[in-house]
Amino acid sequence: MSANTTAATSPAPGRPKPGEPPAGGRPPYSAGGGQQVPKADFDWKPLLILLGLIVLALPAIGSPSSWLTLTAAGIAMGLIIFVIASGLTLVFGLMDVLNFGHGVFIALGAFVATSVMGGLSGWAGDNGLAQFASVFAAMAVAMAVAGAVGWAFERVIVRPVYGLHLKQILITMGGMIVGEEIIKVIWGPLQIALPLPDVLRGAWYVPLGNGDAAIEKYRVLAAVIGLGVFAAMGHVLARTKVGLLIRAGVQDREMVESLGYRIRRLFVGVFAVGSGLAGLGGVMWGLYQQSVTPQIGAQVNVLIFIVIIIGGLGSTLGCFVGALLVGLMANYTGFLAPKVALFSNIGLMVAVLLWRPQGLYPVTNR
Amino acid sequence: MLSRLLSHDLPRSRLLGWALVLIVLALVAAPFLFPGAKALAVAAKTLVFILLVASFDLLLGYTGIVSFAHTMFFGIGAYGVAVASTRLGPGWGSVLLGFAGALGISLALSMLIGLFSLRVKAIFYAMITLAVASAFMTLASQLSDITGGEDGLTFKNPLWISPAFEPFENPVLGLAVDGKVFAYYLILGVVALLFLLLLRIVNSPFGRVLQAIRENDFRAEAIGYRTVVYRTWSNVLSAAFATAAGALLALWLRYVGPDTTLSFEIMLDILLIVVIGGMGTMYGAVVGSVAFVLAQNYLQDLLKLGATALDGVPLLSQIVSPDRWLLWLGVLFVLSVYHFPTGIVGRLRAMALRLKA
Repeated sequence: MSANTTAATSPAPGRPKPGEPPAGGRPPYSAGGGQQVPKADFDWKPLLILLGLIVLALPAIGSPSSWLTLTAAGIAMGLIIFVIASGLTLVFGLMDVLNFGHGVFIALGAFVATSVMGGLSGWAGDNGLAQFASVFAAMAVAMAVAGAVGWAFERVIVRPVYGLHLKQILITMGGMIVGEEIIKVIWGPLQIALPLPDVLRGAWYVPLGNGDAAIEKYRVLAAVIGLGVFAAMGHVLARTKVGLLIRAGVQDREMVESLGYRIRRLFVGVFAVGSGLAGLGGVMWGLYQQSVTPQIGAQVNVLIFIVIIIGGLGSTLGCFVGALLVGLMANYTGFLAPKVALFSNIGLMVAVLLWRPQGLYPVTNR
Repeated sequence: MLSRLLSHDLPRSRLLGWALVLIVLALVAAPFLFPGAKALAVAAKTLVFILLVASFDLLLGYTGIVSFAHTMFFGIGAYGVAVASTRLGPGWGSVLLGFAGALGISLALSMLIGLFSLRVKAIFYAMITLAVASAFMTLASQLSDITGGEDGLTFKNPLWISPAFEPFENPVLGLAVDGKVFAYYLILGVVALLFLLLLRIVNSPFGRVLQAIRENDFRAEAIGYRTVVYRTWSNVLSAAFATAAGALLALWLRYVGPDTTLSFEIMLDILLIVVIGGMGTMYGAVVGSVAFVLAQNYLQDLLKLGATALDGVPLLSQIVSPDRWLLWLGVLFVLSVYHFPTGIVGRLRAMALRLKA
């Protein structure tokens, strides 16, 4: 499949691209004489949908305390999914490589965490602070290992197939098969428990309405990490020189190379970071489920694909909003109609695609 | 005559030709050559996979569409026969009715998915079909009133092809003929027929347009072919053949469950076979299925030998353990996508061409 298919997906000619002046008749440069590039109008609608969902859920659920519990849980779940999917959307958005083997890095991160936390459990003992530290150590090691393996994965598996979508799908799928089997070789084929340390167990109770809303401690931590990742990604991509180069490299690779930058090296770095994020997400997901199986990669793949499709393939903000929508929807429908909950993701995807066929925040340069 | 039968798409390699002859002979004579329930089951599974993979090749190899929803249609076929046979009682009527219903559902669903998402990029389509297939699998395991949920459905076949049917008192050519043998030959006949039909399709003008779309859809559109229409047709046809394969599997196993028809593992198997056998060559499905099913059933024994030889070595013995056979197949898969993207069949044909030159 060549890039020619983009003809069907490119935006309508009348619509402004980001960075171009909007069609609304505003002057292209601000009148104050400064050389500021005007920003495209920010699209608030997806965020309003997110808010609308949260608000609408309140009357549907009835009790405010249950609503708060579910909302908090949904946001935390969404942010975990965001961390898992962010690496994938980063790699796709910047390198146009859809890594079907992304799930392997998730599983890898989770399994590394079981080893690290298992090894540190004796050292941490009953000490809350040490337990806390062991979780962060597990996350750091998992990110490092997944990042390193991702770097190797890019060199061996992905590098020869840039620009060839069909081969990318096949080859990364093969990479996933092999990776999953290697994980089974190292950690065994069975499910491994990844228990939360004592310090992260339990919940805080917030009195609301006629009951207490339970907000689990681990979910708060997960939400904080997820927001941190989102903020860091936004900052690096929008405000640093590396981010500038990456974005420029995506737009016009040859031009950036002719200016003397090595895009290749930059892209390898992006792939490694994306894999590292998957590793981090794997740890968070493993702790969330408190167990890890080698098949986790294939299972999560479906979920994260749905999220990045909803988000608009390659858009970080879209991925963020999509993940939150999926997380909230899963929790609300799980409470209101458990049978429907199993299909909430796909229903959401269909609904979003009917509304916006290119996802919530389409990446317009492709 | 043979050339017409094969739609003038001959093996074009002496080695491949002999391999195919050998495979066909072995499959035809399987009940007599390899007595025993396991060997016959392996042969029947090979047959079903040949049809299933060939139908997927129409999509992947000839049209260049990656779909992960192929097992869904496979499952619909199997469930169609199973549900009808449990509801209406065993009999040819219910088998045919179940198959017809399944075919209808498959066609409608494939048309819908096709129209809904074939306009998008390859990557997008692959992801959407993955999601749809997983949703369908959830649906199948949730509707336990109809599908038996996770346990699946066990049912009885029509008399002719049920194991209790024993028409002859004495063994024929040293084989105690029972309904299982009839079932095997039924599958063999249907698979042979449908395979030849698939060959006919891909070698028709329609098939050429599909290949043109695979090579360069932009140009195909520019020449004047409505690529969306052709892709949708390719999708629908391959879904129909996969449905037939599913129905055959159900008839053979007399059992249908999510794991045997719908699981992601089977989708991976199909991908492995089609790529290793050779994309865009219907014969690749035959060679690949035989190699794969043999590997699945007998490579494990081979690896067991290796594992016992390396018993003391810690990591190495793990890597060659019989449970890890998929690892080696995965490595083979990756290597074949790179180094011989046309698979075994393409390699053999290239070799034949070089010999001729």
